[in-house]
Amino acid sequence: MTRIGQLFQRLKAENRCGMIAYLTAGDPTPDATPGLVAALERGGADLIELGVPFSDPIADGPVIQLAGERALKAGTTLARVLEIAREIRKTSEVPLLLFTYLNPALRYGFERLAHDAKAAGIDGCLLTDASVEEAGEYVSQMRAAGLDTVFLAAPTSTEARLKLVAQYSSGFVYMVSRTGITGEQQNISDSAMPLVERMRAHTDLPLAMGFGISKPEHVAAFVGKVEAVVVGSAIVRQIERDPSGVEQFMRELTQPLGKTSGGAIS
Amino acid sequence: MIATQPDAGGHFGPYGGRYVPEVLMSPLEELQHTYEEARLDPAFHAELDQLLHTYAGRPTPLYYAKRLSETLGGAKLYIKREDLLHTGAHKINNCIGQALLARRMGKKRIIAETGAGQHGVATATVCALFGLDCTVYMGEEDMRRQRLNVFRMRLLGAKVEPVTNGSRTLKDAISEAMRDWVTNVSNTHYLLGSALGAHPYPAMVRDFHRVIGVEARQQILEVEGKLPDAVIACVGGGSNAIGIFHPFIEDDGVRLIGVEAGGRGPGLGQHAARFEGGSPGVLQGTRSYLLQDEDGQISLTHSVSAGLDYASVGPEHALLHDLCRAEYGSCNDTDAIAAAVTLSRTEGIIPALESAHAVAEAIRIAPAHPGQTFIVNLSGRGDKDIDIYRENLPELDAK
Repeated sequence: MTRIGQLFQRLKAENRCGMIAYLTAGDPTPDATPGLVAALERGGADLIELGVPFSDPIADGPVIQLAGERALKAGTTLARVLEIAREIRKTSEVPLLLFTYLNPALRYGFERLAHDAKAAGIDGCLLTDASVEEAGEYVSQMRAAGLDTVFLAAPTSTEARLKLVAQYSSGFVYMVSRTGITGEQQNISDSAMPLVERMRAHTDLPLAMGFGISKPEHVAAFVGKVEAVVVGSAIVRQIERDPSGVEQFMRELTQPLGKTSGGAIS
Repeated sequence: MIATQPDAGGHFGPYGGRYVPEVLMSPLEELQHTYEEARLDPAFHAELDQLLHTYAGRPTPLYYAKRLSETLGGAKLYIKREDLLHTGAHKINNCIGQALLARRMGKKRIIAETGAGQHGVATATVCALFGLDCTVYMGEEDMRRQRLNVFRMRLLGAKVEPVTNGSRTLKDAISEAMRDWVTNVSNTHYLLGSALGAHPYPAMVRDFHRVIGVEARQQILEVEGKLPDAVIACVGGGSNAIGIFHPFIEDDGVRLIGVEAGGRGPGLGQHAARFEGGSPGVLQGTRSYLLQDEDGQISLTHSVSAGLDYASVGPEHALLHDLCRAEYGSCNDTDAIAAAVTLSRTEGIIPALESAHAVAEAIRIAPAHPGQTFIVNLSGRGDKDIDIYRENLPELDAK
């Protein structure tokens, strides 16, 4: 079992909803990322999604697009993100999920990526534009290396597709709260809760809800409904605005989860 | 024999497929389903054919370019006059087809991307015709290069949204259109303009343009009594090329020649010759040849012609390339402009810059093939490019 699986076991034992924090690795620089991850962890993040920047991020809104541009300009590559993971692992056992698009992974090579990611202390991977239909080779290489493969479920997904998403996912299933790209929004979409109910019918895996979650009241709305919530763009925006405020920002967002400070248990 | 249809997942050999965020998977399944149903519906074809005939102006002529052929002193060159279609390019074929599908799906809002503006104009045109709301995404750089088409779209009632990220060209316009589609998928159809993107687009767009090749094949048989020795077309995303190539694929003796944008030269970032400088990868929903760096980041491209200025190419072309059924070469900016001048002065036809790349290849190889006949697909007319021709031909622009 990966650190991701262990985390969700622990959350269950503690009867607690987890906080998944996304940041674009390499934004503003690769050297800054380990420190930002440590701040997120101190602020209460239970799992870190390390975004690997891609030149053409079709699923991302302007905040993460711009972060990706900054990271690429600062020389961030997939190989460099694995180095960052190794750096994080020197001091932390927080679960790490690589979050990117298919082409950088394809170019790196799935087998090589699975091996190198595992060696760097990565626990799993999510490729936004890898549909389950096209993911066979990728999933088998990742699983063979002992890594989790997380897939997206969307409000538009049919029952047949949710079943496939459940089959191909391990660790957890990432629920997309609304039809849209990444980014903050005022209110939680009405499509989020029905999706949770539909997904439960197909899997016992933990469910994490993301897209548009940016305020403590959004987080509070999902407590007791899903196993974890994901915050992305709001964190990226905080990093852009004031990196020194990241820990406090994370702490405010995790407040409704009943956890004021933390870090995973080693 | 070469399979002329993709498999159930939209794969052309190792290429094609459906690589999009999960939100778009069901809408693509719906589109595929609607298209498959329409394909078998005689009423759909009757309406499409009627519009192509009475509105778009099909069939287009196959014209024997006698003076150009004699000047070159080699192969006989025939020109397939897609430039004579309503809106000035082949793009309207696909736009009418997809607008009919949007109506079948009950979608009242259309979005599209455009590079040179030809697809944007054709989309704005069919939206006016069908009373649909229309938004066209266009890179800021392309809006500058193709000002006339921007105005045409607005005159037709479309909103033109400038895209300011990345290279501010076609690739970025496609990304922005995909983001819009992800967000507004319940009421919106994405009218993709080339034989690109996720399944079913590459096969569907090709099918709507196959009429070019079907007509050309029949026309050349009528006038020459035999098939051509070569069919030549420019390849950006590759819609005009696959449209004219496809009905000839099983005709073994017919060379299929695609011409990519050679731009300013062979350096990465200077051209859009995917088969010369690229390698397989996944971009914007499909697997095909890509111009990319060693980390899998997509490269910037350059072509004087906005419609060929794209980092990837339709997946069926990738398969035809690997099978050596089609040959792909490139033509640089300078030769394309020179070919446009030659065609203008020998035949009185000013080609679109995109199509000028195909003309240039015909001019290059014709002298070595006396006794042969070539068909060149003239995918669009040059009116939209007058500003660029003026910039590049200052000697004609006397003060």
